[in-house]
Amino acid sequence: MIRKFAALLILAGIAAIFTGLLFTYEPDAELNTTARYYAERTAADIGAANIVTAIVVTYRGLDTLGEVTVLFLTAAIVGLVLARGRRRKEDRHLAPVGELLATGSRFLAPLIILLGVYVFVNGHLTPGGGFQGGAIIASGVLLILLADPCRCLSHRIIDTVESVSGLFYVGIALLGIVLAGGFLDSHLLPRGELGDLFSAGAIPLIYSLIGLKVGAEFSSILAHLSETEEL
Amino acid sequence: MSGLLLALTILLAAAMIGAALVAILGKSMPIAILAAGLVSLLASVLFLLLASPDVAMTEAAIGSGLTTFLFFFILGRMRGGEHD
Repeated sequence: MIRKFAALLILAGIAAIFTGLLFTYEPDAELNTTARYYAERTAADIGAANIVTAIVVTYRGLDTLGEVTVLFLTAAIVGLVLARGRRRKEDRHLAPVGELLATGSRFLAPLIILLGVYVFVNGHLTPGGGFQGGAIIASGVLLILLADPCRCLSHRIIDTVESVSGLFYVGIALLGIVLAGGFLDSHLLPRGELGDLFSAGAIPLIYSLIGLKVGAEFSSILAHLSETEEL
Repeated sequence: MSGLLLALTILLAAAMIGAALVAILGKSMPIAILAAGLVSLLASVLFLLLASPDVAMTEAAIGSGLTTFLFFFILGRMRGGEHD
Protein backbone atom coordinates (compact mmCIF):
# COMPACT_ATOMS: atom_id res chain seq x y z
CA MET A 1 0.00 0.00 0.00
CA ILE A 2 2.74 2.41 1.04
CA ARG A 3 4.81 1.37 -1.98
CA LYS A 4 1.90 2.09 -4.32
CA PHE A 5 1.35 5.43 -2.64
CA ALA A 6 5.04 6.29 -3.00
CA ALA A 7 5.00 5.30 -6.68
CA LEU A 8 1.93 7.47 -7.29
CA LEU A 9 3.60 10.35 -5.45
CA ILE A 10 6.74 10.07 -7.62
CA LEU A 11 4.60 9.89 -10.78
CA ALA A 12 2.66 13.00 -9.71
CA GLY A 13 5.94 14.80 -9.07
CA ILE A 14 7.29 13.92 -12.51
CA ALA A 15 3.97 14.97 -14.08
CA ALA A 16 4.15 18.31 -12.25
CA ILE A 17 7.70 18.91 -13.49
CA PHE A 18 6.78 18.12 -17.08
CA THR A 19 3.57 20.19 -16.97
CA GLY A 20 5.59 23.11 -15.68
CA LEU A 21 8.10 22.65 -18.48
CA LEU A 22 5.31 22.42 -21.06
CA PHE A 23 3.55 25.60 -20.01
CA THR A 24 6.69 27.70 -19.65
CA TYR A 25 8.08 26.47 -22.97
CA GLU A 26 8.91 29.13 -25.50
CA PRO A 27 10.72 28.28 -28.71
CA ASP A 28 13.98 30.21 -29.02
CA ALA A 29 13.85 32.96 -31.61
CA GLU A 30 17.57 32.60 -32.29
CA LEU A 31 20.39 30.20 -31.49
CA ASN A 32 22.24 30.59 -28.22
CA THR A 33 25.90 31.60 -28.19
CA THR A 34 27.45 28.12 -28.33
CA ALA A 35 25.04 26.90 -31.02
CA ARG A 36 25.61 30.04 -33.07
CA TYR A 37 29.37 29.53 -32.89
CA TYR A 38 29.03 25.98 -34.21
CA ALA A 39 26.49 26.90 -36.89
CA GLU A 40 28.53 29.79 -38.23
CA ARG A 41 32.08 28.50 -37.87
CA THR A 42 31.85 24.77 -38.72
CA ALA A 43 31.86 25.12 -42.52
CA ALA A 44 34.83 27.52 -42.46
CA ASP A 45 36.84 25.88 -39.65
CA ILE A 46 36.26 22.17 -40.11
CA GLY A 47 34.77 21.92 -43.60
CA ALA A 48 32.13 19.34 -42.67
CA ALA A 49 28.66 19.72 -44.16
CA ASN A 50 27.12 17.85 -41.19
CA ILE A 51 27.58 20.05 -38.11
CA VAL A 52 26.73 17.19 -35.76
CA THR A 53 29.66 15.18 -37.10
CA ALA A 54 32.01 18.15 -36.76
CA ILE A 55 30.99 18.49 -33.09
CA VAL A 56 31.17 14.76 -32.36
CA VAL A 57 34.51 14.09 -34.06
CA THR A 58 36.45 17.34 -33.68
CA TYR A 59 35.02 19.85 -31.21
CA ARG A 60 34.07 17.13 -28.73
CA GLY A 61 36.45 14.44 -30.00
CA LEU A 62 37.70 13.45 -26.56
CA ASP A 63 34.13 12.60 -25.44
CA THR A 64 33.78 10.37 -28.50
CA LEU A 65 37.02 8.58 -27.59
CA GLY A 66 35.50 8.02 -24.14
CA GLU A 67 32.28 6.64 -25.64
CA VAL A 68 34.23 4.23 -27.84
CA THR A 69 36.20 3.12 -24.77
CA VAL A 70 32.99 2.48 -22.83
CA LEU A 71 31.65 0.39 -25.70
CA PHE A 72 34.95 -1.51 -25.85
CA LEU A 73 34.73 -2.25 -22.12
CA THR A 74 31.16 -3.48 -22.56
CA ALA A 75 32.16 -5.85 -25.36
CA ALA A 76 35.15 -7.09 -23.36
CA ILE A 77 33.03 -7.75 -20.25
CA VAL A 78 30.33 -9.55 -22.26
CA GLY A 79 33.06 -11.73 -23.78
CA LEU A 80 34.58 -12.37 -20.35
CA VAL A 81 31.28 -13.33 -18.70
CA LEU A 82 30.04 -15.50 -21.56
CA ALA A 83 33.36 -17.23 -22.31
CA ARG A 84 32.75 -19.92 -19.70
CA GLY A 85 29.46 -21.20 -21.05
CA ARG A 86 30.71 -21.84 -24.55
CA ARG A 87 29.99 -25.23 -25.99
CA ARG A 88 30.97 -26.95 -29.20
CA LYS A 89 28.73 -26.02 -32.10
CA GLU A 90 28.35 -29.57 -33.33
CA ASP A 91 26.59 -30.62 -30.14
CA ARG A 92 23.70 -28.26 -30.69
CA HIS A 93 20.56 -29.42 -32.40
CA LEU A 94 18.47 -26.55 -33.66
CA ALA A 95 15.41 -26.60 -35.83
CA PRO A 96 16.31 -25.51 -39.39
CA VAL A 97 15.38 -21.94 -40.23
CA GLY A 98 12.89 -21.35 -42.99
CA GLU A 99 13.81 -21.10 -46.66
CA LEU A 100 12.54 -17.52 -46.68
CA LEU A 101 14.88 -16.36 -43.90
CA ALA A 102 17.87 -18.26 -45.32
CA THR A 103 17.48 -16.88 -48.86
CA GLY A 104 16.42 -13.43 -47.71
CA SER A 105 19.39 -13.08 -45.38
CA ARG A 106 21.80 -14.16 -48.11
CA PHE A 107 20.35 -11.40 -50.30
CA LEU A 108 19.94 -8.70 -47.64
CA ALA A 109 22.97 -9.06 -45.36
CA PRO A 110 25.52 -7.73 -47.90
CA LEU A 111 23.21 -4.82 -48.72
CA ILE A 112 22.76 -3.94 -45.03
CA ILE A 113 26.52 -4.05 -44.42
CA LEU A 114 27.03 -1.90 -47.53
CA LEU A 115 24.53 0.63 -46.17
CA GLY A 116 26.44 0.70 -42.87
CA VAL A 117 29.70 1.40 -44.70
CA TYR A 118 27.97 4.13 -46.74
CA VAL A 119 26.62 5.76 -43.58
CA PHE A 120 29.97 6.01 -41.84
CA VAL A 121 32.01 6.93 -44.92
CA ASN A 122 29.58 9.79 -45.61
CA GLY A 123 29.37 10.75 -41.93
CA HIS A 124 30.64 14.27 -42.57
CA LEU A 125 28.15 14.90 -45.40
CA THR A 126 24.87 13.19 -44.50
CA PRO A 127 23.16 12.38 -41.18
CA GLY A 128 24.69 9.47 -39.36
CA GLY A 129 28.26 8.45 -38.82
CA GLY A 130 30.47 5.94 -37.11
CA PHE A 131 28.13 4.83 -34.36
CA GLN A 132 25.08 4.57 -36.61
CA GLY A 133 27.01 2.85 -39.40
CA GLY A 134 28.58 0.42 -36.92
CA ALA A 135 25.17 -0.45 -35.49
CA ILE A 136 23.80 -1.03 -39.02
CA ILE A 137 26.75 -3.34 -39.82
CA ALA A 138 26.08 -5.23 -36.60
CA SER A 139 22.43 -5.69 -37.57
CA GLY A 140 23.63 -7.21 -40.86
CA VAL A 141 25.81 -9.61 -38.85
CA LEU A 142 22.80 -10.31 -36.64
CA LEU A 143 20.76 -11.29 -39.70
CA ILE A 144 23.51 -13.73 -40.75
CA LEU A 145 23.53 -15.23 -37.25
CA LEU A 146 19.74 -15.52 -37.18
CA ALA A 147 19.61 -17.31 -40.52
CA ASP A 148 22.33 -19.78 -39.55
CA PRO A 149 22.77 -20.04 -35.75
CA CYS A 150 25.43 -22.72 -36.10
CA ARG A 151 27.68 -20.53 -38.20
CA CYS A 152 30.88 -19.70 -36.40
CA LEU A 153 31.99 -16.14 -37.03
CA SER A 154 35.75 -15.82 -36.95
CA HIS A 155 36.59 -14.12 -33.68
CA ARG A 156 40.10 -13.52 -34.90
CA ILE A 157 38.91 -11.33 -37.80
CA ILE A 158 36.49 -9.38 -35.58
CA ASP A 159 39.13 -8.85 -32.89
CA THR A 160 41.75 -7.80 -35.44
CA VAL A 161 39.41 -5.25 -37.06
CA GLU A 162 38.50 -3.92 -33.63
CA SER A 163 42.07 -3.57 -32.34
CA VAL A 164 43.56 -2.20 -35.55
CA SER A 165 40.87 0.47 -35.98
CA GLY A 166 41.16 1.43 -32.31
CA LEU A 167 44.94 1.74 -32.58
CA PHE A 168 44.70 3.81 -35.75
CA TYR A 169 42.07 6.05 -34.15
CA VAL A 170 44.32 6.84 -31.18
CA GLY A 171 47.31 7.09 -33.54
CA ILE A 172 45.57 9.72 -35.69
CA ALA A 173 44.53 11.54 -32.52
CA LEU A 174 48.17 11.62 -31.33
CA LEU A 175 49.38 12.67 -34.78
CA GLY A 176 47.12 15.69 -34.36
CA ILE A 177 49.34 16.89 -31.50
CA VAL A 178 52.45 16.67 -33.68
CA LEU A 179 51.17 17.84 -37.06
CA ALA A 180 48.12 19.99 -36.24
CA GLY A 181 46.61 22.02 -33.44
CA GLY A 182 46.16 19.34 -30.79
CA PHE A 183 44.77 15.96 -29.75
CA LEU A 184 42.15 14.76 -32.27
CA ASP A 185 42.51 17.87 -34.44
CA SER A 186 41.07 17.09 -37.87
CA HIS A 187 43.36 19.49 -39.74
CA LEU A 188 45.90 16.73 -40.40
CA LEU A 189 44.62 16.45 -43.95
CA PRO A 190 43.63 19.32 -46.25
CA ARG A 191 40.15 20.70 -45.64
CA GLY A 192 39.02 20.30 -49.24
CA GLU A 193 35.85 21.51 -50.89
CA LEU A 194 32.75 21.64 -48.67
CA GLY A 195 30.50 18.73 -49.63
CA ASP A 196 33.13 16.54 -51.28
CA LEU A 197 33.69 12.97 -50.10
CA PHE A 198 37.35 13.72 -49.40
CA SER A 199 36.93 16.87 -47.37
CA ALA A 200 36.77 18.01 -43.76
CA GLY A 201 40.35 16.93 -43.03
CA ALA A 202 40.72 13.69 -41.11
CA ILE A 203 37.02 13.41 -40.18
CA PRO A 204 36.07 10.76 -42.82
CA LEU A 205 39.09 8.68 -41.80
CA ILE A 206 38.39 8.96 -38.05
CA TYR A 207 34.67 8.27 -38.47
CA SER A 208 35.34 5.25 -40.70
CA LEU A 209 37.66 3.84 -38.05
CA ILE A 210 35.04 4.49 -35.35
CA GLY A 211 32.43 2.79 -37.57
CA LEU A 212 34.60 -0.31 -38.05
CA LYS A 213 35.39 -0.41 -34.33
CA VAL A 214 31.77 -0.03 -33.21
CA GLY A 215 30.60 -2.58 -35.79
CA ALA A 216 33.25 -5.08 -34.68
CA GLU A 217 32.39 -4.56 -31.00
CA PHE A 218 28.65 -5.08 -31.50
CA SER A 219 29.34 -8.08 -33.75
CA SER A 220 31.58 -9.65 -31.13
CA ILE A 221 28.87 -9.18 -28.47
CA LEU A 222 26.30 -10.82 -30.79
CA ALA A 223 28.66 -13.66 -31.73
CA HIS A 224 29.41 -14.37 -28.07
CA LEU A 225 25.70 -14.39 -27.25
CA SER A 226 24.88 -16.72 -30.11
CA GLU A 227 27.71 -19.14 -29.27
CA THR A 228 27.03 -19.38 -25.57
CA GLU A 229 24.87 -22.29 -24.59
CA GLU A 230 24.77 -22.01 -20.80
CA LEU A 231 24.49 -18.74 -18.98
CA MET B 1 5.06 23.57 -36.40
CA SER B 2 2.18 23.26 -38.83
CA GLY B 3 -1.14 21.69 -37.85
CA LEU B 4 -0.69 18.43 -39.74
CA LEU B 5 2.76 17.89 -38.26
CA LEU B 6 1.45 18.62 -34.78
CA ALA B 7 -1.37 16.11 -35.23
CA LEU B 8 1.11 13.49 -36.45
CA THR B 9 3.39 14.17 -33.49
CA ILE B 10 0.56 13.81 -30.97
CA LEU B 11 -0.60 10.61 -32.71
CA LEU B 12 2.95 9.17 -32.52
CA ALA B 13 3.30 10.12 -28.86
CA ALA B 14 -0.05 8.50 -28.04
CA ALA B 15 0.96 5.35 -29.93
CA MET B 16 4.25 5.30 -27.99
CA ILE B 17 2.42 5.44 -24.66
CA GLY B 18 0.05 2.69 -25.85
CA ALA B 19 2.95 0.45 -26.93
CA ALA B 20 4.74 1.10 -23.63
CA LEU B 21 1.61 0.08 -21.71
CA VAL B 22 1.38 -3.11 -23.78
CA ALA B 23 5.05 -3.81 -23.01
CA ILE B 24 4.54 -3.38 -19.26
CA LEU B 25 1.10 -4.89 -18.77
CA GLY B 26 1.07 -7.59 -21.46
CA LYS B 27 1.13 -11.22 -20.36
CA SER B 28 2.99 -12.62 -23.36
CA MET B 29 6.76 -12.08 -23.29
CA PRO B 30 7.39 -11.97 -27.09
CA ILE B 31 4.62 -9.40 -27.57
CA ALA B 32 6.06 -7.31 -24.73
CA ILE B 33 9.50 -7.38 -26.39
CA LEU B 34 8.00 -6.39 -29.74
CA ALA B 35 6.04 -3.57 -28.09
CA ALA B 36 9.23 -2.27 -26.45
CA GLY B 37 10.87 -2.28 -29.88
CA LEU B 38 7.85 -0.44 -31.28
CA VAL B 39 8.31 2.29 -28.66
CA SER B 40 11.87 2.81 -29.93
CA LEU B 41 10.76 2.77 -33.56
CA LEU B 42 8.07 5.41 -32.94
CA ALA B 43 10.57 7.44 -30.92
CA SER B 44 12.94 7.41 -33.88
CA VAL B 45 10.17 8.70 -36.18
CA LEU B 46 9.49 11.39 -33.60
CA PHE B 47 13.17 12.36 -33.55
CA LEU B 48 13.03 12.61 -37.34
CA LEU B 49 10.03 14.95 -37.13
CA LEU B 50 11.95 17.04 -34.57
CA ALA B 51 14.71 17.48 -37.22
CA SER B 52 17.41 15.34 -35.60
CA PRO B 53 18.10 12.57 -38.13
CA ASP B 54 21.38 11.53 -36.45
CA VAL B 55 19.64 10.62 -33.18
CA ALA B 56 16.82 9.00 -35.15
CA MET B 57 19.26 6.67 -36.93
CA THR B 58 20.91 5.64 -33.66
CA GLU B 59 17.54 5.02 -32.04
CA ALA B 60 16.26 2.97 -35.00
CA ALA B 61 19.41 0.85 -35.32
CA ILE B 62 20.19 0.23 -31.64
CA GLY B 63 16.91 0.80 -29.81
CA SER B 64 14.51 -0.98 -32.10
CA GLY B 65 16.94 -3.24 -33.98
CA LEU B 66 19.73 -4.66 -31.84
CA THR B 67 18.04 -4.41 -28.43
CA THR B 68 14.88 -6.18 -29.59
CA PHE B 69 16.85 -9.06 -31.04
CA LEU B 70 19.11 -9.17 -27.99
CA PHE B 71 16.00 -9.70 -25.85
CA PHE B 72 14.84 -12.45 -28.23
CA PHE B 73 18.25 -14.14 -28.04
CA ILE B 74 18.03 -14.17 -24.24
CA LEU B 75 14.40 -15.29 -24.32
CA GLY B 76 15.37 -18.24 -26.52
CA ARG B 77 18.19 -19.11 -24.13
CA MET B 78 15.86 -18.99 -21.12
CA ARG B 79 13.35 -21.30 -22.77
CA GLY B 80 16.12 -23.65 -23.89
CA GLY B 81 17.28 -23.81 -20.27
CA GLU B 82 13.79 -24.70 -19.06
CA HIS B 83 13.51 -27.71 -21.35
CA ASP B 84 16.94 -29.04 -20.35
